[in-house]
Amino acid sequence: MAKITLTNLAHSYLNNPNHDNDYALKPLNHEWTDGTAYALLGPSGCGKTTLLNLISGLLTPSKGKILFDGNDVTDLKTAARNIAQVFQFPVIYDTMTVRENLSFPLKNRGMKKDYIEKRVKEVADAISLNDILDKKASGLTADIKQKISLGRGLVREDVSAILFDEPLTVIDPHMKWQLRTQIKEVHKNLGHTMIYVTHDQTEALTFADKVIVMFEGEVLQIASAAELFERPAHTFVGYFIGSPGMNILPVSIEEDNAVLGSHNIMLDAKYKKLTGKIELGIRPEFVTITNDPFALPVTIDKVEDVGHYKIARGRFQDHPLNIILNECDEIKSATTHVIFDKKKINIYQNDWRVEP
Amino acid sequence: MKKTRNQKAWFMVLPVLILVAFSAIIPLMTVVNYSVQDTFGNNNFFWVGLEWFEEILASDRVHDALGRQVTFTAIILAIEVPLGIFIALHMPKKSGFWSSLCLVLLALPLLIPWNVVGTIWQIFGRIDIGLLGYTLDKMGINYNYTQNALDAWITIIIMDVWHWTSLVVLLSYAGLRSIPGPYYQAAKIDQASRWAVFRHIELPKMKGVLLIAILLRFMDSFMIYTEPFVVTGGGPGNATTFLSIDLVKMAIGQFDLGPAAAFSLIYFLVILLVSWAFYTVMMNMDKEADV
Amino acid sequence: MSLELKNISLAVEGHLHIYQSNLKLEKATMNVLLGPTLSGKTTLMRIMAGLEKPSSGQIIWNGKDITNCRLQDRDVAMVYQQFINYPTLSVYENIASPLRVMNKNKHEIEIAVKKAAEILKISPYLDRKPIELSGGQQQRCALARALVKGAGLVLLDEPLVNLDYKLREELREEIPKIFERSGAIFVYATTEPEEALLLGGNTAALFEGRIRQFGKTSQVYRNPKDIITADVFSNPPMNFLKFRKKYKKLTFEGGISHTETDHLSNLSDGDYIAGFRANHLDLTRKRAAQIKFSVRVNHTEITGSETFIHMNYTGEKWIGLVKGVHNLEQAANIPVYLDLAHIYIFAEEGNLELSAFYATKVK
Repeated sequence: MAKITLTNLAHSYLNNPNHDNDYALKPLNHEWTDGTAYALLGPSGCGKTTLLNLISGLLTPSKGKILFDGNDVTDLKTAARNIAQVFQFPVIYDTMTVRENLSFPLKNRGMKKDYIEKRVKEVADAISLNDILDKKASGLTADIKQKISLGRGLVREDVSAILFDEPLTVIDPHMKWQLRTQIKEVHKNLGHTMIYVTHDQTEALTFADKVIVMFEGEVLQIASAAELFERPAHTFVGYFIGSPGMNILPVSIEEDNAVLGSHNIMLDAKYKKLTGKIELGIRPEFVTITNDPFALPVTIDKVEDVGHYKIARGRFQDHPLNIILNECDEIKSATTHVIFDKKKINIYQNDWRVEP
Repeated sequence: MKKTRNQKAWFMVLPVLILVAFSAIIPLMTVVNYSVQDTFGNNNFFWVGLEWFEEILASDRVHDALGRQVTFTAIILAIEVPLGIFIALHMPKKSGFWSSLCLVLLALPLLIPWNVVGTIWQIFGRIDIGLLGYTLDKMGINYNYTQNALDAWITIIIMDVWHWTSLVVLLSYAGLRSIPGPYYQAAKIDQASRWAVFRHIELPKMKGVLLIAILLRFMDSFMIYTEPFVVTGGGPGNATTFLSIDLVKMAIGQFDLGPAAAFSLIYFLVILLVSWAFYTVMMNMDKEADV
Repeated sequence: MSLELKNISLAVEGHLHIYQSNLKLEKATMNVLLGPTLSGKTTLMRIMAGLEKPSSGQIIWNGKDITNCRLQDRDVAMVYQQFINYPTLSVYENIASPLRVMNKNKHEIEIAVKKAAEILKISPYLDRKPIELSGGQQQRCALARALVKGAGLVLLDEPLVNLDYKLREELREEIPKIFERSGAIFVYATTEPEEALLLGGNTAALFEGRIRQFGKTSQVYRNPKDIITADVFSNPPMNFLKFRKKYKKLTFEGGISHTETDHLSNLSDGDYIAGFRANHLDLTRKRAAQIKFSVRVNHTEITGSETFIHMNYTGEKWIGLVKGVHNLEQAANIPVYLDLAHIYIFAEEGNLELSAFYATKVK
C-alpha cells in the first residue's frame, strides 16, 4: 500500500500544447490517502482514463510529478511502480490454469514455492475462486476471468494500488451486483488503495469512499457520495450525479431570497452581493408538491413511472423542473405548486458553488 | 445465421464451374485415365489397372525423391517459421513510416517471378560472375553448387528462405497486431520475462495465423519445382531431385505417361491428406477458442 | 399497421432458442423486449426483421403472411448496439443511403436528410465521417438513417448500452418523441427494467427464450404473472421468503408469524413464496401492521440519495433500498419492516397466486 501524491500533474496528447484546451488533463494537485477506495467519474473524454494511465505508468506526463510514498516515480515504467490493474475486458493467460495465473506474478519475482502456494490460497479464498483453481482459465465466464485479473493483483503483498479501468463493461448486469459486492469486500478486508474509473454513477457512488468527478480534463470535486449529492461544487456535478440531475434555475440574489421572475424563493442563509451568472440548484428529490396556493406555481407536462418512484417533468416560469414523487403519489391536475427544501438549495456563481 | 435461399445464385457460379471444369477437372480426369493404362505407342492404349500405382509405390527412385523432399520441407519449415516469427516480433509496432517501409521491403521477394528467383541465385552462386560465389572463392572456401551436393542443398535452402520467409513474417505480424494492448500491459505489471510474454501471450494468440503460414509453406515447399530446377536442374546427379522434378523427368523426359500419371495422383493425394489433417486441427482449435 | 407473431419458435441444432411465442404489436406503439442476456431478445428481433427464418409459425404484417418474405422486401429499419454506420461515407451520405436505394430524387433526399439531422441534432456534423464523431453522435447518425427510411417497423437492439449513462438518459428521452410522429411500430430490446419503465408503452418480459408476459409496462411491472417475470423486471433483484398459511395465520421462515389481512383471506392454506421489491423494506416502523424481520447487515452501498443494504435473513440474501444515507455497521443486527400489502404471493411452482395489494391501487 502506498500514499500517492500528484504535484501539478498535467498531460497533453499534442506535442506543443499552447493553451488550456490542448490538455487532456489539466494541472492537478492531489494526495491519495493510503487504503482509500476512489472512483474517477465523468463522461467520455473527461480525462479519467488519461489520469489512470498516468498513475499506472502507461503514459508519461507532459508536466508535473507523481510520487509513491514520497518517491518520485514519474519516470519509472509500469513494472517498477508496483501497481495492479484490471482492464475493461478480462486479461488472463489462456494457456494456464487459474492457479497458474494467480501464481504467475509471484513466480516472476522469484518467490519461494511455499510462499506462492500460501498467497494463492489466501487470495482465492478472498475472491471465492478456491473450487476452480485447477481449471483452465480460458473456458470460464467473463466475471470469473475478471476476478482472476483482480486476483493477480492481490497476490502481491506489496502492491501499492489497484487500478480498475471500467472493469464491469463486459459483465452481465445481473452479475455486476455480485462482482461489485465482492470487490468491495476485498477492499474492506485487505485495505488496498483502489482507483476505479467509470462513467456509471451507481458504480462510482456505491464503490468508492471518495469520488473524483471530472469534466473536460478538470477535476471538479472530490468528495464522498453523500456530499456530492447534497453539496455539488459545480453545476456539472449537480447535473451528472443523480438521475435525473439537479434542477438549475437562473436567479438573482437578494440577501436571503432568490428571485426568479415575480417569485421569491426563500434561502437558508444570507448571501453577499453576487455578480455574473447566478443559478439556483435544487435536486428533484428535494422539491415537494404542495396545495399551498402561495407556493411556487409549476405546470406538469408528464409523469414517468420508474418503478420505485415517479418523475414529474414540468416547468417553472418556462424553465424545466423535475420533481421526484413516491411510487403511489398521483398528480391530479396539470398545474400545481411546489416548495423547495431550503436547506438543500445550493447557489452557483459562474457554475461554481458559493457559500453564504 | 441461416441465409435466405435464392436459386438465382447458381447462375452466377456457372461460368466459374465451366472454367474450373476445363482447366482442372477434365485435365485431372485425363491423368486418371493415363494412370490406369499402358501404351505401345501409336496412341494404342490398354488397361493395366493398378499396376502403375504398385510400381510407383515400390520404386526406389520415387522413395529417394520422397526422402529428399521430406528432408527439404522439414528443413525449410524448421528455419522459416521460427525466423519469420522472430522478424515479426522485431518489426516496428506502431503503424507509420518505418513499419510501412519494412512491410514493403519484406514483400519484395514475394513479388519476384519464381524462375527469376532461380536465375538470380543461379548467377549469384557462380564462382566466376556471382557475387556470393566469387567472394567465397576468394576467401578460400570451396564452394561449387554444380558439383557439390551439400553446396547445392545449402544454396537452394538459402534461396527458399530468402524468397518465402517474408510470407511467414507478414502473417505473423498480422497476428501480433491483433493482440490488444492491455495484454502486454498486464504482463508488464506481472513482471513477466520477454520469453514468458512470447510463450503465454503472443504464441497462443498467433496460433491461428501460424497454422495458416505453416500449411501454406508446407504445400508450396512440398511441390517446389521452378526455383531448384533453374539453379541446379536437379543435380548434381540426383542430389536435388525433389518429387516434382522427378515427376517431370518421368512424364516429359522419359515420356512414361502411365507411371507419371500414377505418381501425380499419389502426390496429389499426399498433399490433400496432410492439408486435411492441418485443417481439422485448425477447426478444432477454433471450436476450443469459441467455448 | 400491425405485426403479429403466431406460434413462432426457433431451433438451432436441436436446441430451442425461442419457444412457441405469440405476440401482437399495434401501430404507433413502443414495445420493449426486456430480459437478461441470452434470453432471446436479439433472436426475436432478427426473426421480426427477416434475418432469421423461424423453425415454425408465421409472421403477419398488416394482415399479410410475410414469413417467407426476404429482408429487402420488408418494411423494417434496425439500429444496433455498436453504432453501425458506413465508415467511408459522410454523415449526410449515411443518412441518405436508404433513400438512394429507394430511388428518390436529389431534392427529396436533401429535404428528408436535413429534417432527420435536425430532429436528431446532428445538423452541424453532416460533412464529417462517422469516425470523427463521438459515440453518442454516431448513434444519432444511425438513428437518423433508421428514421429517414420511414419504415413501419423500427427495431432497436440495446442501442444505448455503449453510451455513458447521462447520454443514455438524454437519448432515452428523445427516442420516443422522435419516433412518435412516424406512427411506426417500435421494438426496443434492453436488459434494464428502469429503461423499460422510462420508455413506457408495452413490455414483453423474456427469459430463456420464452415470452413470459406481455402487456402495458407498468402493468407487467406491478402485476407479474410469475416469479421469473417478477425477478426479470426488478433491479435490484426481488427478495423472496417462504411462508405457510394456516388457519388465518401466516408463518414465515425464521419463525415470524402474522395474522392475515383482509386481502389475504381468500388465499387457501398452504406453502407459498413471498416476493417483495427492495424499496419496500423500511428501516423504521411506518405503519402498525408492518411485519418486523431481524436481519444481519452484510454491507451497504450509498448512491448519494439512497442506500442499498445487503442483508442476510435466515440464509436468504436480501437487498433493501432505502432513502437517505445510512451508514450501517457490517454484521450489525437490525430490524426491517415490511407491509403485507407489498408482498406478491407465488405458488411454490412459480406462478402468481395473489398480486401485491398495493399494486391494485397505483395508477
